[in-house]
Amino acid sequence: MNAIDFSTRLLAATLAMGTSLTYATLGEVYTEKSGVLNLGMEGTMLLGALAGFATAFKTGNLLFALIMAMGVGGALSLIHAFLCVTMRANQVVSGLAITMFGSGLANFLGQRLGPASNRYNLTGMNLSSKFSNIAIPYLADIPIVGALFDVSILTYGLYLLVPFAWFFLYKTRHGMVIRAVGENPRTAAAMGISVSRVRYLYTLIGGMFAGLGGACLSLSFIPSWNDGMTGGKGWIVIALVIFSAWNPARVVIGTLVFGGITSLQFSIQAAGFKLMVPAQFLGFSPYLITLLVLTAMTIIAKKRKGAFASPAALATAFAIDDK
Amino acid sequence: MKRGIVLLLIVLLVSMVAFGQGSKDKASAADAVLKVGVIYISPPGDMGYSYMHDQGTIAMEQHFGDKVEVIRMEDIPENESSERVMENLIDAGCKIIFANSYNYQQYMQNVAKRHPNVYFEHCSGYLDNPNMSNYFGRMYQMRYLSGMIAARMSASGKIGYVGAYNTPEVVRGINAFTLGVRAINPKATVTVVWTNTWFDPSLERQGAIALLDQGCDVIAQHQDTTEPAKAAVERGKYAIGYNADFGKIVGDERVLVSPMWNWGNYMIPTIQSVLDGTWKSQSYWGGLEDEMIHLSPISPLVPADMVKAVEAKQQEMHDKKWDVFWGEIRDNTGAVRQKSGEKMSDEAMLTIDWFVEGVIGSVY
Repeated sequence: MNAIDFSTRLLAATLAMGTSLTYATLGEVYTEKSGVLNLGMEGTMLLGALAGFATAFKTGNLLFALIMAMGVGGALSLIHAFLCVTMRANQVVSGLAITMFGSGLANFLGQRLGPASNRYNLTGMNLSSKFSNIAIPYLADIPIVGALFDVSILTYGLYLLVPFAWFFLYKTRHGMVIRAVGENPRTAAAMGISVSRVRYLYTLIGGMFAGLGGACLSLSFIPSWNDGMTGGKGWIVIALVIFSAWNPARVVIGTLVFGGITSLQFSIQAAGFKLMVPAQFLGFSPYLITLLVLTAMTIIAKKRKGAFASPAALATAFAIDDK
Repeated sequence: MKRGIVLLLIVLLVSMVAFGQGSKDKASAADAVLKVGVIYISPPGDMGYSYMHDQGTIAMEQHFGDKVEVIRMEDIPENESSERVMENLIDAGCKIIFANSYNYQQYMQNVAKRHPNVYFEHCSGYLDNPNMSNYFGRMYQMRYLSGMIAARMSASGKIGYVGAYNTPEVVRGINAFTLGVRAINPKATVTVVWTNTWFDPSLERQGAIALLDQGCDVIAQHQDTTEPAKAAVERGKYAIGYNADFGKIVGDERVLVSPMWNWGNYMIPTIQSVLDGTWKSQSYWGGLEDEMIHLSPISPLVPADMVKAVEAKQQEMHDKKWDVFWGEIRDNTGAVRQKSGEKMSDEAMLTIDWFVEGVIGSVY
C-alpha cells in the first residue's frame, strides 16, 4: 500500500472516530465559555449513546433517536446547571456526580430497555439501520482529502457547526454576551444580562451536544450498546477543550490530533511497520501533548496578555448580591 | 471513581444480605443449600468473556437446582477492593468462591489463607493454596482450528488479529492461530494490532478497521466485544469470533467460526465435589477431553472438505496423538525455537513471549 492510500485511510478512520469527540467538545466549549465547567461529559455521552440506541432499536427512526439523545443529554446537564447556577454548588463535584450518575443510569437502563428474550437486554442487539457514509461523487475520489467527502451525515453536520460556533462566539453580539458572562459575570450583570439564564442555556446546549456525541458512537461508529462504551471519551473532551484553548476552530485541530494518534498507532501496527516507540506510548501521547500545549499556552499568555486564557470566571459561582 | 461508588454500594448490599440472612434462618436448613460466590471482571452483558462465564454459572445453577444459591458480583476491579468483596461473600455464607480474571489471584490467595474452611477457585492464574485451585482451558487448541479455517477462506493470504494485551495467554493464542493458518497456507501472514484494553468497543473496532484497510480479509480477535468481527462483516470480509458464538450474535454467516469456552463443564464437577466433600486443591488446565473448550458451529460458507479436515485435527488432539506446539517451531525472526520431535511443556506455553513464524508484529 502506498503512502497516499495509507494517509487517505488514516484520515477516514480519524474522522469516523473524531466525530463523536468533536460534537461533545464543541458542547463543552459552549458551556465553559459561559463560565460553567461540566465534568459530566462522560456520563452525558454514555446516557446519550444509550438513549439514541434504545430509541433507534425500538422505533427504527434514526432522526428521532438523535433528538432523544440530545434531549436526554440536555436534561442531564440541566441538573448540573441547577446545582451550579441556582444552588451555586462546587462545579467540579457536581460534574463528577453527573458522570457517575449518568454512567450508572445508562447501565441500569441498558439492562431494562431491550427485549426480555435477550438475557442481557440491549447489549448484543443490532440496529436495522445506521448512519452510513455518504460519498460525494468526484470529490470523494480525490487522494487524501477525498476522505473528507466520504463520511456520515453526522460528520458533514460538523462542517457547518464548527465554523458556525466560531462565528457565533467571536463575531456576533450574542456570542460576546456569552463570553462576557464567562469572563466577568459581574460586569455582564451590570449591563443588564441575566447571567443565570445564559449559563443555564449554554449548559443545556453543551449537554445536548454531548448526548449527540454519544449517539454518534451508538448510531454510526459502533452501532450497538455496551455498558461503558464511551471508554473515557468524555474525559478526553475535557482535555481537548484545554488543548483548543476554548476556541471552536482549534477544536478541529485537537480532535484530529487526538483521533489521529489513536488511529495512527493501529495503522502503523497493521501496516507491519516496526514501531520506534511502543504502542502504549502512542496511547497516552495525546495527554502528554495536552500537558505540553498547556505549558506552552501559559508561557505565551504571560507574554501576550489575554492570549489562550481560559474564561476568567470558569468554574466559579455567581450571584447578583455577591460582594 | 465510578467503580469506587459501585463497589461501596455492592459492599453495603452484600452486608445487608448477610445481615438479613443471619436474623432470618438461624436454625433452619441453611446448610442444605450451598452458597456460591461468583466474581466477574466485567458485566456479563459484554457478550464475551464474562458472558461465557455466566453461561457456565447458569448451567451449574440449572444442574443443581435448589441445592445451590449463587451470588454474582459483576464489574469488580482487580485490586485490593476485590478482597473486601470476597470477605463480604464469605460473610453472606458462601462456601465456595469463583473469580474469573488473572489479577484477582493474589487477593484471592490472601483471603484463602484467612478462611481455611472456604473453597476458592481462581480462573486463568497460577497461585494456589490448600483451599484454593486455579483453572483454565487449552483454548489454543481451538485457536489452531479456527486458524485453519481462516487460511482457507482468505483470498489475500493476509489475516488480521486484534489482540488485547501482550500476556502469555494472548500471545499463545496468536501463535496457535498462526500455526493453524500456516498448516493450510504456508505463505499466509497474521498481522497483530494491540489495543491495550480487554474491553473498549471503539478501540477494538478501530484496530480491526486499520487491519482491513491494510488488505486483511479475515479478522480474528482476542477481545471482549463483538466489534472487531462486526467491523469485518460490515465490509463484506470474514471474521473469527471468540468466547461466544459470534455468528449468532452478529447474525452473519461471514463469521466463520468462534472458539468457545464451556465453563459449566468445570463448575459442575467442582460444585459436585464440594457437595460430596471430595474437593481438592488443583491446577487444572482442561482441554478437549473435558469439553472445557469447543468450536461454535462452522459457517455454511466454509467448504465441507475443510470442515472435515478441522474435525480430523480436533480428533487427533482429543486422542492426544498430536498437539499444537509439537515439532519444529521457528519464531518470526526465523530462529528455530523448538527442534523437531520436541513437545513444548505446559510451563513454556504458560510463559511464552515470542511470536511464531508468520506473525507480523512484536510482543513488546
